[in-house]
Amino acid sequence: MAKKVGMEGSLAVSEAVKLANTDVVAAYPITPQTHIVESLAEMVANGDLDAEYIPVESEHSAMSACLGSSAVGARTFTATAGQGLELMHEVLYVASSMRLPIVMAVANRALSSPLSVWGDHSDVMAVRDCGWIQVFAENAQEAHDLVLWAFRVGEDTNVLFPVMVNIDGFNLSHVTEPLLLMEQADVDKYLPVNKYPLPLHPDKPVTMGAFGPPFIYTEAKKAQEVAFQNTKETILKGWDEFEKVFGRRYSPIETYQADDAETLLLTMGSLSETASLAVDNMREQGKKVGLVKIRLWRPFPFEEFRKTVKNANVLVVLDRCLSFGGPGGPVASEVRSALYDQANRPKVVSLIGGLGGRDVTPQNFEYMVDRGLEIAEKGSDSEYEMIGVRK
Amino acid sequence: MSGNNDYTQIDNLLREDRMPHIWCPGCGLGSVLHSFLTALNKSEVPLDKVSVVSGIGCTGRTAGYVKLDSFHTTHGRAIPFATGLKLANPELKVIVFSGDGDIGSIGGNHLIHAARRNMDLTVICVNNFIYGMTGGQVAPTTPLNARTSTSPYGCFDRPFNLPKLVTAAGATYVARWTAMHVRRLEKAIVEALLKPGFSFVEVIAPCPTQYGRKNRQSTGLAQMDYYKENSIIKHGADTKDVDIDLNGQIVIGKFVDIECPTFYDLQTEILGKTFPHMSKTQAEEASA
Repeated sequence: MAKKVGMEGSLAVSEAVKLANTDVVAAYPITPQTHIVESLAEMVANGDLDAEYIPVESEHSAMSACLGSSAVGARTFTATAGQGLELMHEVLYVASSMRLPIVMAVANRALSSPLSVWGDHSDVMAVRDCGWIQVFAENAQEAHDLVLWAFRVGEDTNVLFPVMVNIDGFNLSHVTEPLLLMEQADVDKYLPVNKYPLPLHPDKPVTMGAFGPPFIYTEAKKAQEVAFQNTKETILKGWDEFEKVFGRRYSPIETYQADDAETLLLTMGSLSETASLAVDNMREQGKKVGLVKIRLWRPFPFEEFRKTVKNANVLVVLDRCLSFGGPGGPVASEVRSALYDQANRPKVVSLIGGLGGRDVTPQNFEYMVDRGLEIAEKGSDSEYEMIGVRK
Repeated sequence: MSGNNDYTQIDNLLREDRMPHIWCPGCGLGSVLHSFLTALNKSEVPLDKVSVVSGIGCTGRTAGYVKLDSFHTTHGRAIPFATGLKLANPELKVIVFSGDGDIGSIGGNHLIHAARRNMDLTVICVNNFIYGMTGGQVAPTTPLNARTSTSPYGCFDRPFNLPKLVTAAGATYVARWTAMHVRRLEKAIVEALLKPGFSFVEVIAPCPTQYGRKNRQSTGLAQMDYYKENSIIKHGADTKDVDIDLNGQIVIGKFVDIECPTFYDLQTEILGKTFPHMSKTQAEEASA
């Protein structure tokens, strides 16, 4: 019987890393992910986790060390946030292109300048195209579960891609919540031993990351793209199996009161719980409002998404990231693009908020629905609007 | 003391609107900042030619507290930013004021290359042996066996001896003092500010919250007592002999003060008057 505990989101992540019997953790301190790797360092020092903990000198080195350890077939984990994720940028592409199943927790944080350690999604949106499987957690339980799932999916020989588990900085990383801690026996049942098919080994030498001249680069990228698209099946199977072992269900797109909704809110991460409170309020007022949550951000679940929103009139998207001079927030732009060719589709309204740790309240979500309906009806002279800006 | 000779009057150099600062009780940064600003007054460098550059961390906050041109850069990048600033406007006196985690770790590569070039910068590196702001993790300056939040049984990763590192890389002025030696520190910073080329002042400073607490120096005062009891002034000491062991001796003093052509000198010499970006006056001054 799984134990119910009160636990900080960061520790929920590190507990999962421990239960997964991770071999290597390489990390650099950065707020707000620090508690994750701090607790892992302590587990290693106490002998509770038989792993190497590498206190590297920057995030660029952290991800580089992860490449090395993953390439020899070691189960590898790191965590970062904000600026740290951006400093890893070039190495992130190498991890996915070399098919190294590293698992990383990102405690989402705003980007400088001005310097902000508080939460938004600017960090992950800047690396959305790097070829990692990317998911968002809504609470500490999900953070705990998704990290374990990430190892299982990433290391599956049908996948072999790195996986990024996004947890909102502070809102999730620093908040203590009740959660069911997974049992070691269940974890062992769910997560097989990592059998990386072509590890670096002196007995069977392989070359990784060699030069790719024009005659082969495109084919290499095509192969990567096909393999990435094919991860979907294993991703879904990973969640099916998870439900069988642990009893909790995860899906690429999740909803709340969405079935008969005329207006849908779209969120990712911890704000989804706040938005669901707003949905309850508005339902009480007789408004047909629902909520759509994107769990699986990469590979984007087009089919599930289109099916979920097709009967709504208006889809109000909250992006916690700006795309300067672009067609809207990154999420809104993508879903608009995903719906463009559809016969039945809602109007998409792009709103930007919750930047740099700014609170988004249930009242803000109610405003977003009202404003979204207004824009959908009367149009707007800009592609997107920022909400909650003080005049 | 009064009037123009009162160098210790630093109120005009602090942004009072940013007070109270974020530094913990017992932190050494207040003393070090005071020494720096006093030294700046004493050096008589025109304040409108001064620029203070910081990276990330507790020390990095300095850029926001001084009433001077200042820039708070990203983690580790204070020195390259300062290099760009200095080369674009060689008339500026550019000071990098940042911590060991910023300058010696994530920005370590920039540190050695600025020293190698003998770039005309003054680097004040406040070393508290730990990443303070993020919660006290092991850093590349943490002494062996010191406890931190990521080395709960003691650090087993050999630390940098920063004076040795920058001396080897080519720095022309290298000194180390502690936050307790405020007068000598002040004098060293004046010298560093007036020294052409790459000058480096390491300041050992207390972090009772993150470092002291875990290493039997639980207050700022206890750490200051430690500096008082264990610091040995050895001017001209060979920097290979100035390693710091856990709760051991701290060799302080002026270690290096040599003359070497700066980056700018060599650039002027080699590219001479054909260098298109250099004004006539600057070229003449540099070759004089």
